[in-house]
Amino acid sequence: MKKEKTKNYIIKPMSGGEAAAEALRQIGIEVMASYPITPQSPIIETFSKMVADGRVNAETINVESEHSAMSACVGSAVAGAKTATASNSQGLALMSEIVYVASGLRLPILMAITNRALSAPISIHCDHSDSMMVRDSGWIQIYTENAQEFYEFLILAFKIASRKEISLPIMVMADGFISTHQLEKVAIFDDKAIADFIGEYNAPYDFLNPQKPILVGPFSVQDSHFEFKLSQQKAIERVPAIFKEEAKNFKKITGKDYKFFEEYRLKDANTAIVVMNSTAGTAKEVVDKLRDKGEKVGLLKPHLFRPFPYKEIAEALKKVKKIAVLDRSMSFGANPPLFAEINQSLAGTRIPIQKYVFGLGGRAIFERQIEQVFADLKKGKIDDKIKYIQ
Amino acid sequence: MAGKLNKQKLAKGTRTCAGCPIPVIVRQILAQTDAPIAASMATGCLEVTTTIYPDNAWGISSVHNAFENAAATISGVETAHKILAKKGKLQSGAEKFKFVAFGGDGGTYDIGFQSLSGAVERRHNFLYVCYDNGAYQNTGNQRSSATPEGVKTETTPLGKETPRKDMMKIMAGHNMPYLAQAAVHNLSDLVAKAKKAFETKGPSFLLVFSPCVPGWGYSPKDTIRISELAFETNFWPLYEIENGKYKITAKPTVIKPVQEFLKTQKRFDHLLKDEQAVKEIQDNVDNGWRELNEMSIE
Amino acid sequence: MKKSKFKELKPVLPAGTSERLKTGSWRVLTPSIDNNKCAKCFKCVNFCPENSIKYNENKGQMEIDFEYCKGCGICAQECPAKAITMNKK
Repeated sequence: MKKEKTKNYIIKPMSGGEAAAEALRQIGIEVMASYPITPQSPIIETFSKMVADGRVNAETINVESEHSAMSACVGSAVAGAKTATASNSQGLALMSEIVYVASGLRLPILMAITNRALSAPISIHCDHSDSMMVRDSGWIQIYTENAQEFYEFLILAFKIASRKEISLPIMVMADGFISTHQLEKVAIFDDKAIADFIGEYNAPYDFLNPQKPILVGPFSVQDSHFEFKLSQQKAIERVPAIFKEEAKNFKKITGKDYKFFEEYRLKDANTAIVVMNSTAGTAKEVVDKLRDKGEKVGLLKPHLFRPFPYKEIAEALKKVKKIAVLDRSMSFGANPPLFAEINQSLAGTRIPIQKYVFGLGGRAIFERQIEQVFADLKKGKIDDKIKYIQ
Repeated sequence: MAGKLNKQKLAKGTRTCAGCPIPVIVRQILAQTDAPIAASMATGCLEVTTTIYPDNAWGISSVHNAFENAAATISGVETAHKILAKKGKLQSGAEKFKFVAFGGDGGTYDIGFQSLSGAVERRHNFLYVCYDNGAYQNTGNQRSSATPEGVKTETTPLGKETPRKDMMKIMAGHNMPYLAQAAVHNLSDLVAKAKKAFETKGPSFLLVFSPCVPGWGYSPKDTIRISELAFETNFWPLYEIENGKYKITAKPTVIKPVQEFLKTQKRFDHLLKDEQAVKEIQDNVDNGWRELNEMSIE
Repeated sequence: MKKSKFKELKPVLPAGTSERLKTGSWRVLTPSIDNNKCAKCFKCVNFCPENSIKYNENKGQMEIDFEYCKGCGICAQECPAKAITMNKK
């Protein structure tokens, strides 16, 4: 019996923003409340057009600010609809009050974040200060390298977040303009396969129930608040296991592995760079170049940032001799956020780690600069000060 | 008699102050529809007194999100309901749901104004109820833009320097199908307006006068009296605006001087000594009443 | 591994659980209704903030739910027949 492998995807030229909208459509998002903010606008515009064209059965709410966008998403998710939005930078900052409410209320809202620098000064270009701002909010956080990953992880993300054991909101990041606006060849998988993967949606609450009314969002005093937060913590701690489960299921459609992080030529690497999002793509080119020259270099590209997989990171990096972590945001007066987590993962080892900050406000980073990072690592130029790649 | 009162929609055991009219307002309004109701509420007196874990006084599905977004929250609920109905995903009876958002004057005039304005402009199908107790009472009587001019609050110890916002004019500027000003003492007027509001297609707004015992400084038994005096002095007229047409819904048989209202509450004490201040208030009240009569179709 | 005794909480409550709060304990003054004077106008029923006055059809009289009555005195103030008095009990 000949097993014919038929392609279950179509390759289309697409920007990351459009690919994100495809993901929302295939997930079957029912309500998108959003407010435009560069560079997220292609996502909401594309989705609006899809709704207008009848390609997705959904409602969009063109709210009057991002704060209302997340507020309306909360209302929609409470009422039991599959809910999503997109934002970044100032919008994310403005809605941040309600971002914390969404996780506190255990609502599996999906948000695409098109990473953009936080003001001031105002900048429309890429860095990770916005998503880093809400890393403590209780949302699951996933970072992606390009349009293809953005598309795939948005789908996987929604499935993980809406699992009953989790029921937490989730944000998926992609670099503003760099990943959201550049055209790539994106493989869009079969609608039905994705719909089957998403399956039946478990609404977190049976709110629109005329017979059994409920209150969502009580006021907690000293005797219960701690336990509510602890419950959130326990839920987010279940994410790694559920991530692995759903990644396995998703692989059946896409044929790809989805891990907490990508290890690129890391196995026998002496020196390694840790970096997230699009810059990892550039870094992979540098790794290949240096490997061709016989240098044992590698890359670790985190996807899952919250919850942070300390043990798995430690396992992946334990044999590396010297590491550089490249952060695309600052934590003023303290260690940069990604470095802080990598450093924590490797506490107890004696692996020297050099912290870098690059790319703020969309400052480009070039291959030669990444080569320099590897060269400096090789020379052992590692200290406890932040190095800036300007 | 003020209609069928269904005590189940707001249960007993609310933590409201003795004499607080908010539960009366809420119960009377919610009783005006037999349809299932889902409500959102802003942070404030109503929310805090009815939702402290594990004590829920709500007998209808309700959600508390934050202070400024009762209207945005209910926009999300209403929209979800719409799409779920379209997709046939609602359970039996749920197609009939009506949506209400509750906010105090703080959560309506000030911090909640943006989300209220947005929700009304987008023409969501919901009723917004503002219980107006003239200041941020839940946090201890700090001024809001609903606080009348001259009133002493914790943040305006010398008396508020600016007049209150005319919320009815502002909401009328949204060209909304139905909005009305009501007061707790006149329940038949309030429930008639609530009924109209529930039958309105699109957004509706009820601004309800809600005296506050600790904030205004009076004895709990006088809540209804004070509301009636506000009406009888034309300090708080009762009217509605239906499709842009103004209509006064009740007129005092004898119009009393505004002093009769002011002297009942400690928050006006310092003004009573100032003849000029009282005259100014009287003039403003008289002008407002005249203007309202000119606009009213009855 | 020790079994955790921690029970996870979700921020949701069923309807009407506030009824366990017997706000009658707040009372300083207590109302009493003279049913002979009462005209059954239902003003007290409608104005009671605690929803604690009910008309008992069988007995043909207004009854106060003292478990919840906070003693605010609105009923006494509003009764047109002056059938309600507030007393220190």
